[in-house]
Amino acid sequence: MAAAYPITEHIYDVVVVGAGGAGLRATMGMAAAGLKTACITKVFPTRSHTVAAQGGISAALGNMGADDWRWHMYDTVKGADWLGDQDAIEYMCREAVPAVLELEHFGVPFSRTEEGKIYQRAFGGMTKEFGKEPAQRTCAAADRTGHAILHTLYQQSLKYESEFFIEYYALDLIMDEEGVCRGVMAWDLSTGQIHRFRAQMVVLATGGYGRAYFSCTSAHTCTGDGGAMVLRAGLPLQDMEFVQFHPTGIYGAGCLITEGVRGEGGYLVNSKGERFMERYAPSAKDLASRDVVSRAMTIEIREGRGVGPKADHIFLHLDHLDPKIIHERLPGISESARIFAGVDVNKQPIPVLPTVHYNMGGIPTNYHGEVLTLKDGNPDTVVPGLMAIGEAACVSVHGANRLGSNSLIDLVVFGRAAAIRAKEVVKPGARQKPMPATADDFTLGRLDHFRNAKGGTPTARIRDRMQRTMQNNCAVFRTGEVLHEGVKLIDEVHASMGDIGVTDRGMVWNSDLVETLELDNLIGQAVVTMHGAANREESRGAHAREDFPNRDDDNWMKHTLAWFSEKGKVTLDYRPVHTYTLTNDIQYIPPKARVY
Amino acid sequence: MVEFALPRNSQVKTGKTHKAPAGAKKVKTFRVYRWNPDDGQNPHIDSYEIDLADCAPMVLDALIKIKNEIDPTLTFRRSCREGICGSCAMNIDGTNTLACTKAIEDIDGDVKIYPLPHMPVIKDLVPDLTHFYAQYASIKPWMQTQSPAPARERLQSKEDRDKIDGLYECILCACCSTSCPSYWWNGDRYLGPAILLQAYRWIIDSRDEMTGERLDNLEDPFRLYRCHTIMNCAKTCPKGLNPAKAIAEIKKLMVERRV
Repeated sequence: MAAAYPITEHIYDVVVVGAGGAGLRATMGMAAAGLKTACITKVFPTRSHTVAAQGGISAALGNMGADDWRWHMYDTVKGADWLGDQDAIEYMCREAVPAVLELEHFGVPFSRTEEGKIYQRAFGGMTKEFGKEPAQRTCAAADRTGHAILHTLYQQSLKYESEFFIEYYALDLIMDEEGVCRGVMAWDLSTGQIHRFRAQMVVLATGGYGRAYFSCTSAHTCTGDGGAMVLRAGLPLQDMEFVQFHPTGIYGAGCLITEGVRGEGGYLVNSKGERFMERYAPSAKDLASRDVVSRAMTIEIREGRGVGPKADHIFLHLDHLDPKIIHERLPGISESARIFAGVDVNKQPIPVLPTVHYNMGGIPTNYHGEVLTLKDGNPDTVVPGLMAIGEAACVSVHGANRLGSNSLIDLVVFGRAAAIRAKEVVKPGARQKPMPATADDFTLGRLDHFRNAKGGTPTARIRDRMQRTMQNNCAVFRTGEVLHEGVKLIDEVHASMGDIGVTDRGMVWNSDLVETLELDNLIGQAVVTMHGAANREESRGAHAREDFPNRDDDNWMKHTLAWFSEKGKVTLDYRPVHTYTLTNDIQYIPPKARVY
Repeated sequence: MVEFALPRNSQVKTGKTHKAPAGAKKVKTFRVYRWNPDDGQNPHIDSYEIDLADCAPMVLDALIKIKNEIDPTLTFRRSCREGICGSCAMNIDGTNTLACTKAIEDIDGDVKIYPLPHMPVIKDLVPDLTHFYAQYASIKPWMQTQSPAPARERLQSKEDRDKIDGLYECILCACCSTSCPSYWWNGDRYLGPAILLQAYRWIIDSRDEMTGERLDNLEDPFRLYRCHTIMNCAKTCPKGLNPAKAIAEIKKLMVERRV
């Protein structure tokens, strides 16, 4: 096999996989710390999906009135429906303030207040004084905050001596017999060559797997490649049943319309012209957290109060807002609404529908970014040589439901934290043990298998089946019956991978093969998502079981861990939720009823 | 001797035609440039007849439909599908634009799709943008300051912040640069509209303190002054930005600092 695929070897201190917000912040920090750093990315960095984040990045700067990182922490814990680890949440909310100031110093073109400070807007679930009134905490660059941050981080990374391997598709982790991660294999799309990157530390910053679903705001490239590499390495993923539906994806196209629209005063109405959120969340109304709003919209549609000829979606109004404000603060979504819904937002409402948006679950880590597994009874066993950050990771700061604008802050805070940790544990230029002779066999075998796959079912057809199964059987509302049917169906889809057929046999930019490898990555995560959802018999955050409508802290305040064997068998186990904080600056926030 | 014809191995041939399925209601033909570095063949145009009654509205939707249902070897970049990542820049109906925001119904007759013009092609609709990205890095597109960073954010008035509007939104899709005849002829040395727009984005940012050095680096007959205000850049930008204006502003600053 090695003869058919000549390998170029590289040795680095650290290899970061992925160049979105988390990957770039980590790459920059590692290079600045004097570590020889490579960043491998399947798309040019500014094309990573962070670029599509709109509304903003949360941090208790207090530019729009009093604020405190403890209030931010309380909101995050409550938003997470008490499944978040409070030590990690404390770390994120506390570090959010310097992290955003640092971004400003890097040059992010934030919108400004009259005093010239960073402009902050209201967002769902963000409050003052532990739930008393809405807070303006979300720092914004109009409604293109992700674009502004991603481009700025790429610009910063050009300043440092980190090396980018652009349009290199990461294939697999290299794990040794002791369970240490020793590097990563990648495929250079432009030449078709295979590369082996040896490193003391591999950082997975590969994003979410939104494309497991039929309708998502996620980019085509959001295929959870890192999560799948972890599963193939025999390690577990955590809390995969928690999938966030964003309330306002454009009906039909699925493109994102930021929660910032509601933060600026927009609201949802049903076919009776009623602002129905007042019934579901009397205090926060349209700015309740996303799981709450998505459920409310789904109930309205189900009970026949949807809008449109099929009564199957909801209207988002912002036509009452001052056109000047819309132009200044929401120009991007005005453009999206015009292009993808044919709507002039100054005159017409936007047709919207809850759309898959974010994976709370992912690769389990501690707040340093180090990957964890359950081993010999220790649920916090560190996997040496491996880190995960950003949406790919499950720290867990978002628990069962993420608050809007907490993802961008997650990226930069934990991207930075990973760099700080790497500086402590990686010795620059230290000699790396030789590779076992068989290190590449699995990766090359898998690649070669799919490249020459001659089955009767094209990749696109299996992918479509997987996406429809997830959409139908693992949606906003779930029941045991539908989930158990889903388990059967998704296992069948996985089994059908044995009959996959690939047409393109080349190595240079063979996007047929890339899509097939991506599908193989998605399907494993789809399977563990469905199994985890069927297994969790309670309702918590984004996981809403109609047959178990209440949160069950006695039995279920724990993280699900899911392993996935090559044959498709799922094994589930659990990790305790961290019910302690990092310092005495704030006490553990005990569970209570979650009302908005 | 000047060569007026394309070299023999670059001449574009007629390729395969894929007929619409029986019973198609609203057929539109997509004529797509194909070139595979591995097969030794000339580039060719394949034709795909698509039933628009069974296809989402954008050109990218049609390309994905072709890849999914007719020809999985068709190769193009795509990611966000909502006009913000800049991956799917290509030449559609004679204009550089993003396939994901270009509506099929806005195109009369057959839809002709080529890679971005005058760039080396890696495969099909995938151009090599390495040189474009290197030019971007060459302008040092990051905030440069000498005064120490304050403990809080640097203050910037709303008026000063407004000056970056129309500049920072660039998605580096390269539609503008690859539509510019000056960039076609002198792309090795002329920075082109996209990069100059970014250069101006930093020159005009009130927080940046290296305006003089930035202008020095652009003061060059090729890097800046190959812009002859042809304006293709402003016409083609899928985000509605105006690189030509940014270039004109740089030229004005060059004149102003001399007097």
